[in-house]
Amino acid sequence: MNAEANAQATPPVIELRDVHKRFEQRPDLAQRLLALAGRPAARRTVHAVNGVSLSLARGEVVGLVGESGCGKSTLGRVVAGLYRPTEGELRYQGRPVADLQGADRLAYTLGVQMIFQDPQASLNPRQRLRQILSEPLKVHKLAAPAEVPARVERALAEVGLDAQYRERYPHQISGGQRQRIGIARALMVGPRFLVCDEPVAALDVSIQAQVINLFMDLRAQHGFTYLFISHDLGVVRHISDRVAIMYLGRIVEQAAAADLYARPNHPYTQALLAEMPDVSRRGRAFTPIRGEIPSPLAPPAGCTFHPRCPHAMPRCREQAPELKQVAAGHWSACHLNDTPA
Amino acid sequence: MNDILLDVRGLRTAFHTEAGAWPAVDGVDLAVRRGEILGLVGESGSGKSVTGFSLLGLIDPPGEVVDGEILFRGQDLRTYDEERMRQLRGNRIAMIFQDPLMTLNPVLRVGEQMLEAIQTHADVPRREALERCRQALERVGIPSPEARLRSYPHEFSGGMRQRVAIAIALLNQPDLIICDEPTTALDVTIQGQILYQMQQICREQQTALIWITHDLGVVAELADRVAVMYAGRIVETGPVDQVLDAPRHPYTRGLLESMPARTRPGERLRQIDGMAPTLSARPSGCAFRQRCPSAVTRCTEQAPAPTREGARSYRCYAPILPPAPSTPHAPAEAARRPAASPEAPAPRGARKPAE
Repeated sequence: MNAEANAQATPPVIELRDVHKRFEQRPDLAQRLLALAGRPAARRTVHAVNGVSLSLARGEVVGLVGESGCGKSTLGRVVAGLYRPTEGELRYQGRPVADLQGADRLAYTLGVQMIFQDPQASLNPRQRLRQILSEPLKVHKLAAPAEVPARVERALAEVGLDAQYRERYPHQISGGQRQRIGIARALMVGPRFLVCDEPVAALDVSIQAQVINLFMDLRAQHGFTYLFISHDLGVVRHISDRVAIMYLGRIVEQAAAADLYARPNHPYTQALLAEMPDVSRRGRAFTPIRGEIPSPLAPPAGCTFHPRCPHAMPRCREQAPELKQVAAGHWSACHLNDTPA
Repeated sequence: MNDILLDVRGLRTAFHTEAGAWPAVDGVDLAVRRGEILGLVGESGSGKSVTGFSLLGLIDPPGEVVDGEILFRGQDLRTYDEERMRQLRGNRIAMIFQDPLMTLNPVLRVGEQMLEAIQTHADVPRREALERCRQALERVGIPSPEARLRSYPHEFSGGMRQRVAIAIALLNQPDLIICDEPTTALDVTIQGQILYQMQQICREQQTALIWITHDLGVVAELADRVAVMYAGRIVETGPVDQVLDAPRHPYTRGLLESMPARTRPGERLRQIDGMAPTLSARPSGCAFRQRCPSAVTRCTEQAPAPTREGARSYRCYAPILPPAPSTPHAPAEAARRPAASPEAPAPRGARKPAE
């Protein structure tokens, strides 16, 4: 509610307008030689993100759900500025990021921070935790050298780690603690928006709960906006205000979290929810969805989900469905919504 | 149906280091009946995988199975030499690992690897063996199995590769398959397909499964019984319904409650504070006591022995007991009596129900 009221008054923190991200395969040596000989190989293009529009209001948590290869991490990296969109526009607080210069550019760079799935891979193994945490302050000259130790201690306290940890190396702490350090590092530069890419996927259940609680506490304290990327529907339901479901580079459904879980519209969302492991369900007779996720190198024509969809019609093979509003704030891209029931 | 296929008693597996021998598995008792699916649940470092590896004699130095019996069809596998274990592995007991890319030979066609699995254990003519391989691939839902026999592992997707691993495990119709997190790396829709096939095949062939996982949701849906491991010990075990609906051990309850599904969206999750102790720093007594909300003085002194209650058992001095044990099906007296174990004083009446 609050987020909605704000959205009208102030521009969204992050807005994506029809963003595409394509990766082209570089021709290897053999292909280059063949090209010299007059037989160029067809360039293979991965359409990782294929026309995504999404906006996040201040203080809102949007969960982005999808299976491997659906482009959710690529989209997160576009938002964090690690990839430039091939087409379309990314806006930060109402202004196109591509046009930002000087102080405005810095405000975006610092304002949007990313938290990665594998803190082991994103922390320098040869630096002590205090060095890891103070680096952003030094690089961006955000604190006088004398203030740095106090800032590091404050950041450690904020993520629930004892100050004595500052002298340790990443390998000397547990996975959950490493993820806390990843979060603390993102907090050092005073961000407003956090892109969390599978931040709890690598953690054990009991530790996962601690880190999810930390995310919720930080949001309550600082009013952060999160793009929370995950394949885990249970975690996403818990933390998100709105949820977007991605399949092969497109958002196929988007709605308020409670709405989406109560009334999933898209057949893919329905399948995902049905496959979500559930402790309260016993001795289940599994009746799984068919087929595999197609390769984004050769996505199916029409609706990309049609080969796996139990309700596929001839039209689905030819025409890609658009995201349409099916109820207030509930968007879905499925031809079934046009068919009279 | 009721005969016990695998009976593990007091299994201890230690890893030798300069600082001493650390017991990764510290006295595990397990029983699996023919055709039964046992979910072995635990977090990283709880010893669940080491338990699985120990059963198959796959522990390499500096690790060593130091104590216990592994009775498979009545015979202690610890007395088997390497050659007899080889005959058993892949034949009567098979194993499926988390990452099939690590277990499939990248330079051999899938068909060759499958043939090897058959011909190592039996003298089967090549043509007949190939037909069995084709059928195995078909049964796990691999399209055009004939052609796929000639593919290399890298030509399969992750889900398909795991199916190949399952097909290989099934080739010799084993009595028991040990699955170590076989669907953890897979997407939920693919996981659903694989769970479906495992369930079907085990029912048809009466194959028993030990399903090692950290995912209580999968266990709830798939398994008949569950064993929850913490710091090298099974802290609670029993039929899935009983353990997951009314956990007795505070750790089991903590695990269940820290799952997002158990809390209203947006509310703080009921987390278990702290973290699991490392192998070299396990506390005395009950290894969970430092994180346990209902720990008592006695927990520091000696690790609790299993308390048996009908089909289930748990290791805890302060179990979470139902408020009124007067329900008709509750075996009230027997329920509270501890297992016949000299060092376990009766907890009867010692604790009030925790809630």
